[in-house]
Amino acid sequence: MTTAHHHPIVPAEVSQTLGARLHGWAVTVDHKRLGILYVCFGLVFFVIGGIEAAMMRAQLAQAAGKIVDPATFNQLFTMHGTTMVFLVGMPVLLGMANYLIPLMVGARDMAFPRLNAFGLWLFLFGAALLYYSYIGAQGLYGTSAAPDVGWFAYAPLTNKTFSPGNSTDYWILGIMVSGFGSITTAINLLVTILVMRCPGMTLMRLPLMAWMMIVVSVLVIIAIPVLTGAQIMLLLDRSLGMHFFDTQNGGSSVLWQHLFWFFGHPEVYILVLPAFGFFSEIIPVFSRKVIFGYPLMVAATVSIGFISLSVWAHHMFAIGMSPALNSFFAASTLLIAVPTGIKIFNWMGTMVGGRIIFATPMLFATAFLGIFTFGGLTGVMLALVPVTWQLSDSYFVVGHFHYVLFGGTVFGIFSAFFYWFPKATGRMLCERLGTWFFWLLFAGFNLTFFPMHISGILGMPRRIYMYQPDRGLELWNMLSSLGVVLQGVAVALFIWNVIRSLRKGKIAGNDPWDAWTLEWATTSPPPEWNFDQVPTVGSARPLWDIKNPTDPDSNHEGSI
Amino acid sequence: MTSVSTLAGTALPELWRPSRGKTGMVCLIAAESCIFLTFVVAYLFYIGKSATGPQPAQVLELGLVIVNSIALISSSFTAIAAVRMLERGEQKKCWMWLAITIALGAFFVGGTIWEWSGLMSDHALYPTTNLFGTTFYSLVGLHLFHVIVGLVLLSTVLVLGLLGCVKSRHTNAFDLVSWYWHFVDAIWVVVFLTVYVIGR
Repeated sequence: MTTAHHHPIVPAEVSQTLGARLHGWAVTVDHKRLGILYVCFGLVFFVIGGIEAAMMRAQLAQAAGKIVDPATFNQLFTMHGTTMVFLVGMPVLLGMANYLIPLMVGARDMAFPRLNAFGLWLFLFGAALLYYSYIGAQGLYGTSAAPDVGWFAYAPLTNKTFSPGNSTDYWILGIMVSGFGSITTAINLLVTILVMRCPGMTLMRLPLMAWMMIVVSVLVIIAIPVLTGAQIMLLLDRSLGMHFFDTQNGGSSVLWQHLFWFFGHPEVYILVLPAFGFFSEIIPVFSRKVIFGYPLMVAATVSIGFISLSVWAHHMFAIGMSPALNSFFAASTLLIAVPTGIKIFNWMGTMVGGRIIFATPMLFATAFLGIFTFGGLTGVMLALVPVTWQLSDSYFVVGHFHYVLFGGTVFGIFSAFFYWFPKATGRMLCERLGTWFFWLLFAGFNLTFFPMHISGILGMPRRIYMYQPDRGLELWNMLSSLGVVLQGVAVALFIWNVIRSLRKGKIAGNDPWDAWTLEWATTSPPPEWNFDQVPTVGSARPLWDIKNPTDPDSNHEGSI
Repeated sequence: MTSVSTLAGTALPELWRPSRGKTGMVCLIAAESCIFLTFVVAYLFYIGKSATGPQPAQVLELGLVIVNSIALISSSFTAIAAVRMLERGEQKKCWMWLAITIALGAFFVGGTIWEWSGLMSDHALYPTTNLFGTTFYSLVGLHLFHVIVGLVLLSTVLVLGLLGCVKSRHTNAFDLVSWYWHFVDAIWVVVFLTVYVIGR
């Protein structure tokens, strides 16, 4: 039925010159090649953002550190946050969705292939603009290099008076342009899932990852334009002398915070829901069980999408809002923990009684369940207004959001990378190196971010380039910095694994994990047209039906 | 062999699959609406907060803007007529309605420029004058920019049509352009209510 014959990534490419091959990648509109480009560029920025983080941790390893000066430190935390959110999380997640969604819904490409390529190049152009600030932002003033206003660029710090030079303008333009790219990609994904489904694939037979991407796309379409609008206002302020956020002429810095976080909090779910999607595919396959509570997972995802639009001001408890507003946003924030908790229990329910295989993707998935729950619980703590009053802008918050974003999004990305790498390249990643990578990253991650909770409670503020000795902060900071070393070694192992496996990895075959969704029905890597025949499905697990013709899933659908 | 079909003889469920172009356009309109919403929120937030004059009630004249609004809203109906005519294969009438649509849109652009130059020369209201100037010119300007984009799209259709490249089978594509135009008109209603009714 599914004989393994291999299409190389690009047929007939072997004999082409390097120039012709690069040209092929540059003009491609194939969702798979675009997806690979997204992921590759995203991982390059992951290394750059990681180096920025490592420099900060080197500075903070000891009290009164002298490795970087205060101005450089401000640029480092700004560029680290901006890079990780916009140039790593967005492209890698959207890129993986780009690669997988058409395969998963049985389509031959995205709904708008050329728009898809446009989105990739917009992202790259935005990224280039942001990083060009290091050499181009001095402008006529000679005062600044990279942006140094923090990833949320609070007004009035971004005012021309306080941020002379062009660095803040590069931040605005870079993020705005890559944001346009994200919007086009989200529209493309949403239309692909709704319109391009193969025969038989009803909405309730979609792979859960496709459901999560529906919600993510809607959130991108609603949230990113609000950031774009706010950035246009800021740009008008800075270049035409308008007064939106000019506090000396009646402008409001609080309005910027509202607009930014109206984008910023859905953005958190934009970054974590795709990872939920990956885990919803991976956990059942490695537990050898059907996902527990599919309809409830869909309902929980949609609820998260709705509630995430009404929690933004919990980022602003410390600015002095009215008690009514504080209570509303505290309540909505507590509420969103409910559908998230439902998901955690559904994944655990999937694992219970399963024959669990701890391959690298499943190691990451299992670790995610624990780490994300921990990060979620500190999130529930921070939803309480008095707790935030105490801990706002401290390292406790830094620890909290790295537990959810690193433990959720980054672990999801690596889990997905190990799971779908065989599909995209035709070769398996080395499991032994993968296991080492996982344990080193897991140890390094906890060593870095757990002590931050303690240093935060002890009063260490975030975004401070140094701290005085004898405040009881040295040990926790040293531990955090040591963890970075472990993470660095882990990432080096990962890169080595990828390079080595591309050449020498075990040949994967069509379906190395004995999985159930449509991407495993075609060859690895798939041909440019994905499927020789457009598939037809009769259940949510079409490959199960093929492998078990006497007991297809369609016999059991609806009997939840 | 990459076929996954094992369902010979099984009836496949009817799938709900909306039109590709229309879904894409609805998504684009949703994203654009959110940008507008941001500027509307900022406008409402800053009503009455200008540190210095002029204030909206002192300088905003309703006469011209009502004529302008009538022109823009009517252009939605002429656009509908143009699409209908193309669908029926009456191309000449389609180009006529389309030309009227473009003329009404251009009238709106001209009227807005007229209003702005009056505000600047008679009342010294510039984008930098106060918060009212800032929010007024940016919200109305954002809308004006979208009107111009819509006009470029409509004019492209008209030029292609006069060159003989637009046939009845292109009705769907033309319809999508008209959806964008309706969106621009609908947003004007929101902008009008915000600036000239609530804000004045």
